[in-house]
Amino acid sequence: MNEQDTPTHGSEVGPTGHGTAVRLDQGHIIGDGGIPERFSNPGLPVHVPRAADLDEDAARRAEKQVTTLFGISILGTLLFIVLYFLIDVEETIYVPGIGVTSASNLALGVTLALALLGIGFGAIHWAKTLMPDHEMVEERHPLRATDESRDRVVHEMREGGNSSQLTRRPFLKYTLGGALGLFAVPLVLQVAGSLGPMPQKSLSLTFWHGGPSGPGQEPEFRPLRLMRDPENTPVRADEVTVGSVYHILPEGLLDLEEGVLEEKAKAAVLLVRLQEDEIQSEKQLDWGYQGIVAYSKICTHVGCPVGLYEQVTHHLLCPCHQSTFDVTRDCEVIFGPAKRSLPQLKITVDDEGYLVSEQPFAEAVGPSYWERGQ
Amino acid sequence: MNALAARRRHPAAIAILIILGLFLTGAVYAALAPKPADATTRALPAQSVEEGKALFRANCSTCHGLNAEGRATGTGDQIAGPPLAGVGAAAVDFQVGTGRMPLPRPDVQAPANNEIKFTQEEIDSMGAYIASLAPGPGVPSEEAVDPTKGDAARGGELFRVNCAMCHNFAGAGGALTRGKYAPPIEGVSGRHIYEAMVTGPQSMPVFNDANLTPESKRDIIAFLYTIDEAESPGGMTLGSLGPVSEGLFAWVFGLGLLVASAVWIGAKSA
Ligand code: FES
Repeated sequence: MNEQDTPTHGSEVGPTGHGTAVRLDQGHIIGDGGIPERFSNPGLPVHVPRAADLDEDAARRAEKQVTTLFGISILGTLLFIVLYFLIDVEETIYVPGIGVTSASNLALGVTLALALLGIGFGAIHWAKTLMPDHEMVEERHPLRATDESRDRVVHEMREGGNSSQLTRRPFLKYTLGGALGLFAVPLVLQVAGSLGPMPQKSLSLTFWHGGPSGPGQEPEFRPLRLMRDPENTPVRADEVTVGSVYHILPEGLLDLEEGVLEEKAKAAVLLVRLQEDEIQSEKQLDWGYQGIVAYSKICTHVGCPVGLYEQVTHHLLCPCHQSTFDVTRDCEVIFGPAKRSLPQLKITVDDEGYLVSEQPFAEAVGPSYWERGQ
Repeated sequence: MNALAARRRHPAAIAILIILGLFLTGAVYAALAPKPADATTRALPAQSVEEGKALFRANCSTCHGLNAEGRATGTGDQIAGPPLAGVGAAAVDFQVGTGRMPLPRPDVQAPANNEIKFTQEEIDSMGAYIASLAPGPGVPSEEAVDPTKGDAARGGELFRVNCAMCHNFAGAGGALTRGKYAPPIEGVSGRHIYEAMVTGPQSMPVFNDANLTPESKRDIIAFLYTIDEAESPGGMTLGSLGPVSEGLFAWVFGLGLLVASAVWIGAKSA
């Protein structure tokens, strides 16, 4: 150890120091511009006694403050117990700034806060005013054990191995290892198993392919009517006036016994009607019916429902990360993080004048995934 | 002044200065901001189409054209006001009755305004004039917008599918693109809600009677009245805006409290 490591206490001058140390927040030492050969250890700042150390009155005041805080905590706890039984959970109360709120919630919250804050503030105030606050230095010692004890540990390990006959009867070792190692399998298996079946083709199919499109299901295409969500009624082409927007699900989806949400999450469609001359894409016009166009409502960014349609600008906005799609240009992305246009659903009308799908989505809806497009 | 100067290093000084500065800026802005021009001519109550036409010419034609045919601003394809034939009396009642029109100046969106510039009779006669140009949706009857006759539960379901993406699950409103927004629909009268649905004001799509039947519209109104009246036993709603305002609250007050405690714990006591 050299002198640099030796901390000095209180106002003692460092071994190579330049005079009395000053408190860190006081004084200003004007340097001489040069860099010293070695920096000397400035030691600890001067210990400043607190009011309560010097003055018995101040100490008594501090004691009173701490006991008051603990008292508040006691009061809070007692009130909590009383109010818990006293206030009916259904009761509401008007509080300025908050409005009408549950009386029981409010009372229990406030009293619990008093109980906890009383203890916390009291304890810290006690520590800060009355408990000793002398700065102390603890030396750091090397952590390495002595050579003898290290040797002894190694020796004992060896001894143990030998006396348990592990080395003499290796079969013990192998079977124990096998048993422990294999035991990891059930743990991993149930985690992996509970992830459910592999998605298979279900990510690229939707209910518009003709029916349920979960893992392992192979729907066969048939035209499906466009049904209002949530009324589950078909839509006639003449009902879709310019400027209106319909939220559409495929016929039969809402009648499913199970998997409604999974199917909905892929098949939701937005139906709008534009003036035909506003539509700037041939394909879009072609896949629609007299300016009525249907687009997947599942954002190609990470799959939020894109539902905010502005009828004047024909912008379709995704509420999650503000991707904006231009409905007059085949729902091309004009702003935001999405990379692909929303897939269009090709529609036509059936003999009764109801809108039906003419083919399923030509591409997978929603966000990208590894096997997409294979 | 000396006492002030001595305290200029006080840690609270910066905070106080900033607050003062913000307050001053706000006060000066409020004093100097352009006020909407109030050039409405108060006509006598009139029911007829003729009187409505006169009111329209005096108050609306600058933007919408003398015969409500709409006008362009001349820059690009920007319009000063859209043509109004076919929007119906419902649109007039909504736009003027909520104070959105007359608009002080062309803007991305007409905000609702508590200062309604016309009496109900004047609004009705302007509505009659606009309805005389071409047929359009009329003002709904009392019965059609009576929330007590609607089914709030069904209305809630319809609202969540058709309206909540823009107007928020609690009707608190939300942002659209480029400065436009869906206004909050708390405390809006049933008649105005109904008219907004049938006419599709500004960015809002139209929900005609085939899309949402008149009963469905009444159900939605009933739902909105229910959530308007509903108490919030959980305490402050923070605007019912969901994770944004709640997260902000936790960051500012929760973390603020923790930081303040840490500073206090670390400070030396005197
Ligand atoms: S999910 Fe639509 S923008 Fe991110």
